[in-house]
Amino acid sequence: MIRFSHVHKSFARTGAALADVSFQVNKGEFVFITGPSGAGKSTILKLCFFDERPSQGEVKVYGISSATYTPADVPRLRRRLGIIFQDFRLLEDRSVEANIAFALEVTGTPAGQIAGRVARLLAQVGLAAKATAIPRELSGGEQQRVAIARALANDPVALVADEPTGNLDERATRGIFQLFKDINASGTAVLMATHDLDLVRRSGCRNIEINRGQLVFDSAADGGFRASGASPMMEEDDA
Amino acid sequence: MRLAFREALLAFRRAPMLSALSITTIAFSLFAFGLFGLVALNIRNALQKVEDRVEIRAFIADGTGAEATSAALGDIAAFPEAASVRLVTQTQALDRARLELGEFSDVFEEGILPASIEVRLKTGFRDPATVRAVAKRIEVYDFIDDIRFGEEWVEKLHRLRNIATLAGATLGLTFAVVAIIIIGSTIRMAVMARSREIAIMRLVGATNGFIRAPFLIEGFLKGTLGGALALVLAWVALAIINRFVVQATFFDPWMGAVGVVAGACIGLAGSALSVGRHLKRV
Ligand SMILES: Nc1ncnc2c1ncn2[C@@H]1O[C@H](COP(=O)(O)OP(=O)(O)O)[C@@H](O)[C@H]1O
Ligand SMILES: [Mg+2]
Repeated sequence: MIRFSHVHKSFARTGAALADVSFQVNKGEFVFITGPSGAGKSTILKLCFFDERPSQGEVKVYGISSATYTPADVPRLRRRLGIIFQDFRLLEDRSVEANIAFALEVTGTPAGQIAGRVARLLAQVGLAAKATAIPRELSGGEQQRVAIARALANDPVALVADEPTGNLDERATRGIFQLFKDINASGTAVLMATHDLDLVRRSGCRNIEINRGQLVFDSAADGGFRASGASPMMEEDDA
Repeated sequence: MRLAFREALLAFRRAPMLSALSITTIAFSLFAFGLFGLVALNIRNALQKVEDRVEIRAFIADGTGAEATSAALGDIAAFPEAASVRLVTQTQALDRARLELGEFSDVFEEGILPASIEVRLKTGFRDPATVRAVAKRIEVYDFIDDIRFGEEWVEKLHRLRNIATLAGATLGLTFAVVAIIIIGSTIRMAVMARSREIAIMRLVGATNGFIRAPFLIEGFLKGTLGGALALVLAWVALAIINRFVVQATFFDPWMGAVGVVAGACIGLAGSALSVGRHLKRV
């Protein structure tokens, strides 16, 4: 579903950020991307939702290839993905429900369906009681739940999350992570960048480790460099 | 579409001064255009009336034979530009002069006014160049003493009309460019003010057209309002001219509509030129 083939990425000002990165994320999989700060994790995620284009190699997501896509493919692709950031990126001047409704409105959901969908999404992330609050009135963990509800609004096939717990305390982190696990359990793939290695180890999920722009470890790769708690998964070619 | 309209209206409320500024600039651009347009329109109407009366008078030298005159009449009547050709004898000329001058009629003596050939031209052949050309062709008869066709008047009016048109076009275009620039910069500010929103719209998969629509609607609405305001200003200006200067005609509804549409186009152009460029940076 997400496939990187020999992806290189270099920026005009800072030079090479990724070198020869290849991996694949399958339907319904939960995959961590780990590595030190500046390793290239965010760059990988931006390539996934076509915010950046590879300098070399190919990124193929849900049938859309970085080599052949048209501008109209980008919004189409993003409706199939839910994108989540460390800093939540909510609209500060609107209520929680308006923030979620916004994602439905801009993708052309019929007006009559929006209120019902918003209520269901809020219930799913456990925020039904905070529908009319504005983001400033919520804790970090709660704001991230709003962002997750928004990401789920258009029924994505995968969530792409860039350090979603980076701004949260221990307890909130556990809650958010559990929410991701629940979402994943219902069939949505998750690709999450983090540097919380404890979390990764405890979860037992697949881990792709990046260092200085290179893929140094993939727990799912046959004969992975290192032992890991993760159970290797079979890769199927359905990108 | 409803959402786009809502966002566009929100933009007016967020920056009322800036919106008013862009609307008035558009209005002034079209007002300048319209004012000189009105002048040109009225000169054209006046020209039409003058041109309806355009005639060439060729004065015949004393003692010219009747055959020569009637041969010339026949020739001239065959000109493609000629509508009617008439001979005015010395007696007729005198009668006419007496009639026109009433009490001073005695000053004329028999035989003092020359006979003449009067030529009226068909519509479409009454502009200065054609009139002059026809006059030249009549002048070749050697019994023609002098030829008049009110050239100063016709030419002056023509020149005035051209100046009015040119001045209107120049001023109007200048203002239009200023209006496009101002609209462009208000759109730029609106894009910056909403950059967070736009980034989120992109993230959740809004199409570019969808993101662009509110800004285009905003420009279109401003342009339309500016066009309507220009029409009102022009109408007020005309009312003042009518009252204190001369009776003049206003645009017909069709021309008024063209003015409002022009305003809408300026507004749309300003936002379209700006929004694409600035959205890329968000
Ligand atoms: N937009 C950009 N322009 C220039 N350099 C960038 C840009 N984004 C990332 N980089 C560079 O690419 C490298 C990887 O960055 P990033 O993917 O953000 O790392 P991580 O998310 O793992 O901390 C860094 O050296 C960073 O400076
Ligand atoms: Mg990062």
